[in-house]
Amino acid sequence: MFIYLFRRALTLLLVLLGLAVLIFIIARIVPGDPARIALGPMATAEQVTELQNEMGLNDSYPKQLWTYLSGLAQGDLGKSLLTSRPVMDDIRAALPATLELVLFTIILQITVSIPLGVMAAVYRNTWVDNVLRVVSLIGVVTPGFVLAIMLQLVAAYYLGFFPITGRLDGGIDFSADVTGLLLIDGTLAGRFDVVTDAARHLFLPSIALAAAGIGQVMRITRTAMIEVASRDFVEASRAYGIPERVVTCRYMLRVASVAPLTILGLEFASLIGNAFIVEFVFSWPGIASYGVRTILQKDLNAVIGVVLVSGVFFVVANLAIDILLGVLDPRHRLRAGRDT
Amino acid sequence: MSVIDDHETPDHGMTARQMAFFRFRRNPLAVIGALIVLSVVIMAVFAPWIAPSPESAGSFVNFRNRHAPPSWDNLMGTDNVGRDVFSRVIYGYRVSLGLVVGVLGVAVPFGVILGLVAGYFGGWTETIVMRFTDIMLALPPLAMALAITAVLSPNLVNAMIAITLLWWTWHTRLIYRIVKGQMNEDYVEAARVAGASHMHILFRELLPNCISAVAVKVSLDAGFVILFGASLSFLGLGIQPPTPDLGTMVATGSEYLPEMWWQAIMPGLAILYAILGFNLLGDGLRDMLDVEL
Repeated sequence: MFIYLFRRALTLLLVLLGLAVLIFIIARIVPGDPARIALGPMATAEQVTELQNEMGLNDSYPKQLWTYLSGLAQGDLGKSLLTSRPVMDDIRAALPATLELVLFTIILQITVSIPLGVMAAVYRNTWVDNVLRVVSLIGVVTPGFVLAIMLQLVAAYYLGFFPITGRLDGGIDFSADVTGLLLIDGTLAGRFDVVTDAARHLFLPSIALAAAGIGQVMRITRTAMIEVASRDFVEASRAYGIPERVVTCRYMLRVASVAPLTILGLEFASLIGNAFIVEFVFSWPGIASYGVRTILQKDLNAVIGVVLVSGVFFVVANLAIDILLGVLDPRHRLRAGRDT
Repeated sequence: MSVIDDHETPDHGMTARQMAFFRFRRNPLAVIGALIVLSVVIMAVFAPWIAPSPESAGSFVNFRNRHAPPSWDNLMGTDNVGRDVFSRVIYGYRVSLGLVVGVLGVAVPFGVILGLVAGYFGGWTETIVMRFTDIMLALPPLAMALAITAVLSPNLVNAMIAITLLWWTWHTRLIYRIVKGQMNEDYVEAARVAGASHMHILFRELLPNCISAVAVKVSLDAGFVILFGASLSFLGLGIQPPTPDLGTMVATGSEYLPEMWWQAIMPGLAILYAILGFNLLGDGLRDMLDVEL
């Protein structure tokens, strides 16, 4: 297990290094001078040269790469041209909102999709299964932004219960300083008005974000459960007189959960990417909103920072799921050790 | 190269192809998917003849008829300058399918060849190609595409470039895995012993065994490329007006919610319809050709 972890961590470091270099290359090979782009067409040549020097754009590429990588190692992503604050500070300020949304979404996905998938498998080929199949299909094929707008329209305008934008009502005075997650900080501070309001704000965006993954994971859970149901150990446990509920929920699900967990891991990793759309629609003050804003302003340092942070998130989430799978299924550990 | 005789399957008296088609027809969802895809393709190709108001595709303005709700004259209503939304949706399919063809036409052959080469040659070729693929897969796709289109200035061609740069990886991975599995098969060994060249083994022996997997993947991909392109446009970083694009239409229309709901919802449903079609078709093909992705 230790060697396995070590190997995975090493691969992780290599991938991260590759990612950083790749982003550097992309940022440098694009046509146009970042300093000129940032200052706009009205700037004078002196201003451009000054900013070029400040950004180190006149150094040789290897030197630039070195400055950039050593900065990264110390958590320095350069300065944002939009907010003229260090990019790292901006990201640190925006990240908790996104993390809260993403975590809430993944919890929603797990608690909805796996039970429904098990249900579809238990009642396979009945009307329950058919209804669930349609639900999962709708989830998979509905584009996130279309769903987001529909939810806003129906749940917010017509029913009026859920707020349409933002993270917290303007009237509530609260700053989340401990973890930055409103639900947790609100609970810690005993402010339940904050917790309920934050949860109401979270609800619609997280459904919009969760739908695709829920559909996918439901399908995969169903397939895996049906496959496991034909194994001998299931018949044997039944013969021992173990209650059906225990056989299904404990024995079968443990074996069958490998496939859905893998997909959930991938899903989790891509959530930050998909959050771009959902945050945009719901004016959620997270890293994706920051990303879209800086992209539109061609704020290159900030864009690199956002892409890098979401890349790191992606890679770490994959590693986490890999470790979890190793715990659940020892064979996976062995395979991963031998693989490529 | 298959072992089963292609012309006779004793129990049913059908050829393998007929069997596959039979399985496909028996699957109602797959047939629906195929019909949806067909309808989208027909609308895209024959847009000028099908659209009730072809001039709506451009920057046509008819203020007298703006914000008209769905009716017999305007099936999906009209938008903020009085253009027929239904006509714009039909032309929007043209743009979406163009994007699909452009992206997959480059990304799939590229990804497939890399996968074949990495799986077949092994060694350092494999290490370099697959590690590079891993890194590309670690990039958050949407954020990357956003960054690329933003820096290159947003338009249809740049959106296409951005999506293509990220898309080939999935095909490389898929083909690599299949080829790895095939390398120990007798037919590869036989071809090698018979003195076949690398090119022959790669493209005449291994590639045909990957084709059905690629077909399924391409069908599923088509829907996702449409989604991806629409998402970019929705954020204002893809196709620019007045070109009718479904994502842009949703974004513009959403400014008129909730009263003029059709302006955002109708193009949204049109995107959903196309993605649904490609998804059902892909699933049907997967069952029919019996491939695992």
